[in-house]
Amino acid sequence: MQSEVLTPAKTEEVLDEGSGHGGPPGGGDFGGGDSRPWSVPARAYRTGMWMALVGITMLFAAFTSAMVVRQGISNDWAHTTLPRVLWLNTAILLASSATLELSKRVLATNDFRRFTAWLDVTAVLGLAFIAGQLLAWKELRGRGVYLATNPSSSFFYLLTAAHGVHLVGGITALFYLVTRARVGASRQIGTLLPIDGGRPVGASLEGQVVPGLRTPVEVTAIYWHFMDGLWIYILILMMTRL
Amino acid sequence: MADMHVAAVHAHAAPSGFFRRYIFSLDHKVIGIQYWLLGLLAVLIGMALSLLVRFHLVWPDAQIPLLHLLSPTGGKGDQMQPEYYLSLLTLHGTLMIFFVLTTVPQSGFGNFALPIQIGAEDMAFPRLNMLSFWTTFVGMVVLLSTFFISDGPPLAGWTAYPPLSAIGPATGPGEGLGQTLWIVSIAIFCVGSLLGSLNFIATTLDLRARGLSLMRLPLTCWAWFITAVLMLLSFAVLFAAGVLLLLDRVGGTSFFIPAGLVVSDQLVNHAGGSPLLWQHLFWFFGHPEVYVAILPGMGITSHIISTFSRKPIFGYKAMIYAMCSIGFLGFMVWGHHMFVSGMSPYSGFAFSVLTMAIAVPSAIKTFNWIGTMIGGKLRLVTPMLFAIGFVSLFVTGGLSGIFLGQPALDLTLHDSYFVIAHFHMVMGVAAIFGMFAGTYFWFPKATGRMMNETLGKVHFWLTFVGAYGIFMPMHYLGLEGHPRRYSTLTGVEFLNTPHLMHLHEFMTVSAFITAAAQLLFLYNLAWSWFKGPEAGENPWEATTLEWTVPSPPPFDNFAGRHAVVYRYPYEFSVPGAEKDYIMQDAVEEAKKKK
Ligand code: HEM
Ligand SMILES: [Cu+2]
Repeated sequence: MQSEVLTPAKTEEVLDEGSGHGGPPGGGDFGGGDSRPWSVPARAYRTGMWMALVGITMLFAAFTSAMVVRQGISNDWAHTTLPRVLWLNTAILLASSATLELSKRVLATNDFRRFTAWLDVTAVLGLAFIAGQLLAWKELRGRGVYLATNPSSSFFYLLTAAHGVHLVGGITALFYLVTRARVGASRQIGTLLPIDGGRPVGASLEGQVVPGLRTPVEVTAIYWHFMDGLWIYILILMMTRL
Repeated sequence: MADMHVAAVHAHAAPSGFFRRYIFSLDHKVIGIQYWLLGLLAVLIGMALSLLVRFHLVWPDAQIPLLHLLSPTGGKGDQMQPEYYLSLLTLHGTLMIFFVLTTVPQSGFGNFALPIQIGAEDMAFPRLNMLSFWTTFVGMVVLLSTFFISDGPPLAGWTAYPPLSAIGPATGPGEGLGQTLWIVSIAIFCVGSLLGSLNFIATTLDLRARGLSLMRLPLTCWAWFITAVLMLLSFAVLFAAGVLLLLDRVGGTSFFIPAGLVVSDQLVNHAGGSPLLWQHLFWFFGHPEVYVAILPGMGITSHIISTFSRKPIFGYKAMIYAMCSIGFLGFMVWGHHMFVSGMSPYSGFAFSVLTMAIAVPSAIKTFNWIGTMIGGKLRLVTPMLFAIGFVSLFVTGGLSGIFLGQPALDLTLHDSYFVIAHFHMVMGVAAIFGMFAGTYFWFPKATGRMMNETLGKVHFWLTFVGAYGIFMPMHYLGLEGHPRRYSTLTGVEFLNTPHLMHLHEFMTVSAFITAAAQLLFLYNLAWSWFKGPEAGENPWEATTLEWTVPSPPPFDNFAGRHAVVYRYPYEFSVPGAEKDYIMQDAVEEAKKKK
């Protein structure tokens, strides 16, 4: 459906305070504004993402406190030696944050090809990280260390799995962005695919990125970097012997 | 209206297909009503279960016709087995706490009214909103499916304490697949609630109309906002606890299962865990959760009492700060559910002091409600009656909380009927009264028709007196030492006295009468939906934005118009104004004053 960006009310008089519908228009859930033609300010997406991260933080805070308590009350805790491959994985994940930043930078300069390329690289690095985590699990299993072997290994599998699941969500978002951008670009002439509240996305005829993708990319980046930081936290947690 | 001089006004039509419009709808109003209906289904089932439970308590040997159809084993020979009693109790509690008290006041009313009250077309993320609802729906289906598996529903109670909930079939009927499904259901519910809450927060912070500052927000919106924050912080913790419990059951881990546990003469093959760890995680969620259930009702009550007292709410800011401090303190008192768990007396003392501290903002709210009514031109319509009933029940239940908050008293009161009395009054029935108030209040907005006042008043009085009839005597039972969660106590000499048995009978009869009174409500609802008199835009002469649009509101709420707010939400009986209320978006008067 065609988008109609609504003109905000021009009543300036008594408006001392309040927020209003300011900011660049976003649109319904990034999903193409087929039935939601009105605009949602971009900062709503940032707020939504930060709130999601607050929830995730609470999830891992709960796991952490369970781990601390479980370690403290028992005499059956045997520290799990971390597989070496985790260091490689960590490097990969950090690199992926860097490439995502690069992609964001390129987005600002409107270079569509390099923008999608860096997104691809980020997603692939994310997949490599997941593969590396699976390798770490395999190594532990090879050592005879399973989920129920020891409370320490229970938490190892639990935390890596919980983090991994969240990261897979991030990878899905990256692939989604890349695909939408590409499809938009390939159909550029005449019909640009609407994303972000009916605003076209993809590349314009000059090979420039159309602005509707900015908010989704930015919000995904917040999430991705957070997953990065969360992993470092988990790593430190698992290395510490209380 | 205020923004007449907006250049282009585009109204947006609703999608036309039946599924997009009513089933997989993105419209917050439809989603709100869906949540409401889901809650109605849950409350009807939950109520039926409670009637079975109450019946069994009084006539333990009586046959309940067709019970064997519900469960061939649990209702063998139409006679309720003790374990089946516990299963019904568990499902009653779980349905009521999660799928009624958490779902309707927040997700139901909040979805319906919040976006209109803040002048937005919809929630910030409509798709996410739809997803939240359907996630919650699946959670309930999973929970109810336990009735149809051979294992039957779990019996570990709504708090699912391990080790009972952690070990598996050995601990009783329903503790196999049934308990596992319970955990899965609650985990799904957590996800739905988390998604919903971040949507509420983003909507409230970023979608408000121009001029609608936080200090002009209706108290309903404040309540939904604070509740959303509580949900976000607490449901993630319950989710984590659920994952750990599930791993103990299916993954062989020992988070919650201690060493040397013998169940049915068998040594359990786990060691090193702690059931108390579950209690801490659960109540860290559980106490904020009770405020999740009650805060929206507080918001609705404040809103309605101000509207029908034709007076500005007494202490608007105090109401906001009280809700904030209730929310904040709510995270520091979970230990009061664990006074008898063997915690250090110093921790007990700390939790007790913090618990008492919550009584302060609660009292502030109560006094402000009363202060609003004093000297008001009271209009005692049905929503107002239910709002006043809310205050009454909240006070009654809150007072017993003060007793429970003393570790020394809680030693005897814990796990007794006194606790049941406390939380049914303060949370169960009070929140239900908040829902009734909200339903009678917004029904005209949602359907365009008024509900019948006479039926409403009869419904109120029967329910009000009935609820006190059911739950007041429980205080006394608790003081006499009657423990909760027992199907029969015939073997216990000091409880098997005629006067206590008569009390039980009285409560059961009250329960049946109160339940029957709800038929009036259902009838009123169905009749008014189709046959009620036309409501018009603003039948209650209320001031907030939802009453500036037609009933039912158009698909995008404001028909393309952008509401602009110039005022505080409760401008009733303003001296010199031509009517006794001024709409939030009324500009003329504001200009005149200057
Ligand atoms: C004045 C404020 C309050 C105080 C001091 C208070 C205190 C307590 C205490 C100490 C207990 C634990 C009793 C025991 O298990 O031995 C308790 C239980 C409970 N309270 Fe409150 N409470 C207050 C208000 C509320 C409110 C506002 C709600 C809900 C809206 C609520 C809901 C509950 C529930 C659901 C339980 C029982 C949970 C269970 O064991 O199944 N309370 N309260
Ligand atoms: Cu509590």
